[in-house]
Amino acid sequence: MTALLETRGLQKSFGAVVAANDLSVVARRGERLGLIGNNGAGKTTFVNLVTGYLKPDAGRVVLDGHDIAGLAPRLVRRHGVSRSFQIPQLFASLTPEENLLVALGIASEEGMSAWQPARSPAMTAGLEDLLARFRLGEYRDHAIAALPGGVRKLVDVAMAVTHQPKLLLLDEPTSGVTAEEKFALMDVIMRALEGSDATVLFVEHDMEIVGRYAERVLAFYEGRIIADGTPDVVLGHADVQRFVTGMAP
Amino acid sequence: MGARLGTLAAALAAFAALALLGRMLPNWLVLVATLAFAKGLVALGLVVLMRGGLVSFGQGIFFCTGAYAAGLAMRSLGLSDAVLLVALGGVAALVLGLIIAPLLAGYRGIFFATLTLALSMIAYGILDKTYSLGGSDGINLHAPSFLGYRPPSSQAVSYALFVLTSLTTVVAAALCRIHFDSLRGLLSLAARDNEIRVEYLGASVRRVSGVNFAIAALLGGVGGALSALSLGHIDPDFTFWTTSGEFVFLAILSGYASVAAVFFASLIVELVRSFSSQYFPNTWQGALGIFLLLVILFLPQGLGSLVQRRRRASAKPVRVAEPVPAESGQ
Repeated sequence: MTALLETRGLQKSFGAVVAANDLSVVARRGERLGLIGNNGAGKTTFVNLVTGYLKPDAGRVVLDGHDIAGLAPRLVRRHGVSRSFQIPQLFASLTPEENLLVALGIASEEGMSAWQPARSPAMTAGLEDLLARFRLGEYRDHAIAALPGGVRKLVDVAMAVTHQPKLLLLDEPTSGVTAEEKFALMDVIMRALEGSDATVLFVEHDMEIVGRYAERVLAFYEGRIIADGTPDVVLGHADVQRFVTGMAP
Repeated sequence: MGARLGTLAAALAAFAALALLGRMLPNWLVLVATLAFAKGLVALGLVVLMRGGLVSFGQGIFFCTGAYAAGLAMRSLGLSDAVLLVALGGVAALVLGLIIAPLLAGYRGIFFATLTLALSMIAYGILDKTYSLGGSDGINLHAPSFLGYRPPSSQAVSYALFVLTSLTTVVAAALCRIHFDSLRGLLSLAARDNEIRVEYLGASVRRVSGVNFAIAALLGGVGGALSALSLGHIDPDFTFWTTSGEFVFLAILSGYASVAAVFFASLIVELVRSFSSQYFPNTWQGALGIFLLLVILFLPQGLGSLVQRRRRASAKPVRVAEPVPAESGQ
């Protein structure tokens, strides 16, 4: 697999707190990477640096040969980077269907016309496909506020994949979801992404989820990466057991 | 295509009905309706802005620009065709809007509202002291012609202006309805709800706001030109803060669910104003205030929410949400 994302020496501090300390990561095309670490370890900062929400103090973010460090999220998206959020960022006054239509419309230039109706045949085809892939059909016309947490997460992720990203970053996709729902949720997400060659990076605290869905794991601690490898190797790493999973003897 | 054609057909039918109704109404009511529709156009522009999460407290600046552009073209250039003057008023306000939009694009909430108010009051100050533009007395306009037709009486002028205003109103309302139902219309609502997500999805909130601002400016200018021709007089009060406040009042009263509600709201307010100023000349503002209070208390989403409620009532009932569906066979 060839490299899709390469960060080189990423640095970010908030006052005295170093949130990203010389982060150099290579993510290959089509890879599924799990990012683990305690709260404050720098996982979300890394996601924010890659997606343009934060500008690095130093370092580069190279995607497919283009340096995207410091670009606004809108421009980063144009390079094929998309993300979901720990707290789903939805349009609260719209239904799930309308949320997806907005995302589909933005992804398709012709869809943003002020003349074309929102539910044009082209948009409807894309919409039905998304609703089916993410199993959202029965929630399509619910109020966002009435949706359970897991369904909100699915809508959030579904919105992120509308433009077929090269790189998809999922920030804690199972947080706030009951233990019973976590695997069902991840199954829906991963199956929806089947057939896509997108590289998926997901931030996760549940090691069972990481072990099951990640091909490779990056363990963060105090803004640094302390382990990088397959789930078995990383979760068995002494520093990871000591600083992240708390399973050290 | 069907829904859009349906909207346009409904607009044409509404226009035909209005034109017919105008024939039967007394002249004073025709004048009230003309003013109501003209002001409704400005309020419709505000509704476009409000759907994108912005409220302008200074929409009078575009109302005034349209009116003065039409008035000055009539006085200085000798133009008297109402269609041309209205178009000119709209274009002048649009150009001003396009100049102002980049200055305001970075502001939201109360800052945006206050800046628009400040700009409108600067315009008021300039017009009030510019004697070549009539100063505080303003400018009087004579009766316009209509594509070569010169109405023989003042009553005929009123009716012709009513027809022109009605046509402009239904066309603007239909186009706004189509815009609201489009993806770009949904995008405005999305930008109001969550700007960060809109940016992450790849759209520019600044552009969305800029386009909405330009539409609002255009509608403001057209409304101003129609009002000026209808009143036969323009003065700096067209951009005074109370005038802008009236448009905000109309937009709140109507809500943003229905474009027709904007014009109903405007008509109601003009009628309340007419009757109140006749029967309670010193307290008509109080009557309007009580009216707005009642609407906010009992219809917080505006008159348009009545239409929305009816649509929802006829739609399928809301289901109780279930947890995330498990994969079959798991």
